[in-house]
Amino acid sequence: MKVSLFITCLSDAVYPRVGETMMRLLARYGIVLEFPNVQTCCGQPAYNSGYWKEARAAAKTIITAFEDSDFVVTPSGSCAYMVHHYPAMFEEEPEWQEKAIQLQKKVFEFSNFLVEVLGIQDVGARFPHKVTYHPSCHGSRLLGVKHEPMALLNNVQGLELVPLPFAEDCCGFGGTFAVKMSDISGAMVAEKAEHVIETEAEVLVGLDMGCLMNIAGHLRYRNKPVRVMHLVELLYEGVNYSDEHAANRA
Amino acid sequence: MSTQQTELKGTVKERAELALNNDFLRQAVRFTTERLRSGKLKAAEEHGNWDEWRERGRQIRLHTIAHLDYYLGEFANNARENGVHVHFAETAQEAISIGLEIAKAKQAKSAVKSKSMVTEEIHLNQALQSIDCEAIETDLGEYIIQLANETPSHIIIPAIHKNRYQIAELLSEDAGETLPPETSVLAGYVRKKLREKFLQADIGVTGCNFAIAETGSIVLFENEGNARMVSTVPKTQITFMGMERIIPSWADLEVMATLLPRSATGQKLTVYMSGITGPRRAEDGDGPEEMHIIILDNGRSLQLGDPEFQELLNCIRCGACLNACPVYRHIGGHAYGGTYSGPIGAVLTPALQKNVAEWDDIANASSLCGACYEACPVKIPLHDMLVSLRRRKVEAGHDNALERIGMKGFATVMSSVKVYHSALKLGKIGQKAVVRDGGIRVKIGPLKGWNSYRVAPSISKQLFREQYSELRSELGQQAKEADPAVAARMQQWLTGRDGGASHE
Repeated sequence: MKVSLFITCLSDAVYPRVGETMMRLLARYGIVLEFPNVQTCCGQPAYNSGYWKEARAAAKTIITAFEDSDFVVTPSGSCAYMVHHYPAMFEEEPEWQEKAIQLQKKVFEFSNFLVEVLGIQDVGARFPHKVTYHPSCHGSRLLGVKHEPMALLNNVQGLELVPLPFAEDCCGFGGTFAVKMSDISGAMVAEKAEHVIETEAEVLVGLDMGCLMNIAGHLRYRNKPVRVMHLVELLYEGVNYSDEHAANRA
Repeated sequence: MSTQQTELKGTVKERAELALNNDFLRQAVRFTTERLRSGKLKAAEEHGNWDEWRERGRQIRLHTIAHLDYYLGEFANNARENGVHVHFAETAQEAISIGLEIAKAKQAKSAVKSKSMVTEEIHLNQALQSIDCEAIETDLGEYIIQLANETPSHIIIPAIHKNRYQIAELLSEDAGETLPPETSVLAGYVRKKLREKFLQADIGVTGCNFAIAETGSIVLFENEGNARMVSTVPKTQITFMGMERIIPSWADLEVMATLLPRSATGQKLTVYMSGITGPRRAEDGDGPEEMHIIILDNGRSLQLGDPEFQELLNCIRCGACLNACPVYRHIGGHAYGGTYSGPIGAVLTPALQKNVAEWDDIANASSLCGACYEACPVKIPLHDMLVSLRRRKVEAGHDNALERIGMKGFATVMSSVKVYHSALKLGKIGQKAVVRDGGIRVKIGPLKGWNSYRVAPSISKQLFREQYSELRSELGQQAKEADPAVAARMQQWLTGRDGGASHE
């Protein structure tokens, strides 16, 4: 069975730790992720800006990369959802469209894969910190990944999960939106960060590095010492902590 | 024929900036949208099975719009049988001329109006003034906006951008005495003032929430009772409606009456819901002697048969998408520049205006978060429509030259992993001059907007793809047998998928 990692360009270039922790966490269950090297970007920046031809150029690398995979796992609900647009994008290229339909069936956002496919809700992690969770719009609202991160977080020992006020509101990232409409986006991220600060959480966790990069960037701009992590990083760190804890006791 | 002139100043970005610098506006809009959207969520939950009702509503709208010619014909025939004068107007100008002809024939000196977005769309008030017929808005919010000489900034709450102190100031000026900023006093003043206007008016102008094809009736939802006054006191009634307001039957209204007030304000039902079937009959206690219905196209029929936009006509104008929209919350309605604001306005305005270039930038004012779609009682995929608008703009060659070059570059880099990897390697070298502590703070070039609110992260010293082989061999050596329970579940998924199941 071939399980592949769809790293996303952002995690590849800026947050490689997300890919590393995902590999290490899944290896504990005997799953060693393959990494087809031809993948680049899902094409979302171009697609959302209306440049579908350019988006198709990027999308083809993703379709090609995972053609012979059985499962494709990605640390982004947004990039996973992007694959759902592929069949419509390739309406005039039936061969690619068929491949796109096949790919759509096997792409999973990370927490969805863990909980729904593998049936794992408790990874045995311990993370004694106050944590708040931001549900990214594409993952939760459009892809429907809602209960999975909650189940995983609720099973982490020692973790205090504090609800984020107005959690479902967009953080203002929106890809190129943050550049084109920077003042509106800035107002949105300021509001989101304000809510994060209100919770007095030490850690903000989420499922999409785009949104987390946005919120973390603003928190850092204002010198607010909130640690921002992808859920997989938190879980892996928690699993290690738990192992050490057990070793110390033994 | 050209569409109605709309005062459009500057770009969305410039108009948004005005709003972003207006703390009164932002606080007022945030206060009310938060109240409305939490009310809506509560009402939907109390009602139960909300998504099933949304789907019912969507199906009714899809069916009606797919057979709009049939239902419009049925509606017009039945309304005429009830004694209504039914007029069809292709453009805003035509609707205005028909309305003015009626007003002139009645030698009307004044018209009282209940809330109607269609009359805002065609700028009826100015037209009536031009023939010396005073137009008086009688919805409290609309009255305030009229005094301020502004346009509504919300479909349901036209004066949402004003707080009660600003409203007290406006009404004090109108009253010629200082009124305290207390809602009951202010509403009391307007009520008294409007009472006289109702009695004097020659014409009553209404909008239309739903038009029932099977009986040729119109249905109005309102909270202040002013639409009842408008539709009973004056001798002549003119109702303006968009051609897509139709639903087939009263049975369908049950679904719509469940969805509309809950989505709009969180109410189970508005204080008044009026069904009007023709002018006053001999046995009626009140009602107009003469009733006209002007059915407006003005760009709506352009959406028929367009697979990406036909669903736009399903909109029931509840305003839920505005209340859910995080962009609207920060910039208010006027920044959108058109009669309709928020996510629905960002799509409807360019669509009704045949996607002319002047409206191209409005679709950019969205982060595509999908909150509008989630809030919509008839499930219109506004976030997808915004992307379609952006794509059509690019296809029409109305895109920004710099962006086009950037996107060409994107395609070149992303279509080949070799180019992609080289570009990132170059980036790693190039960023050395600006990276401090793993972050980039300079506010130049494309980073200006981003870094005005954030610190940008740097490209990692080692990309994930540069770490992979080592990681793979390390984990491969330690790899355990696959967990049997996990392996069994994966197998089960694969089998299910081959049987045609999807993971949604």
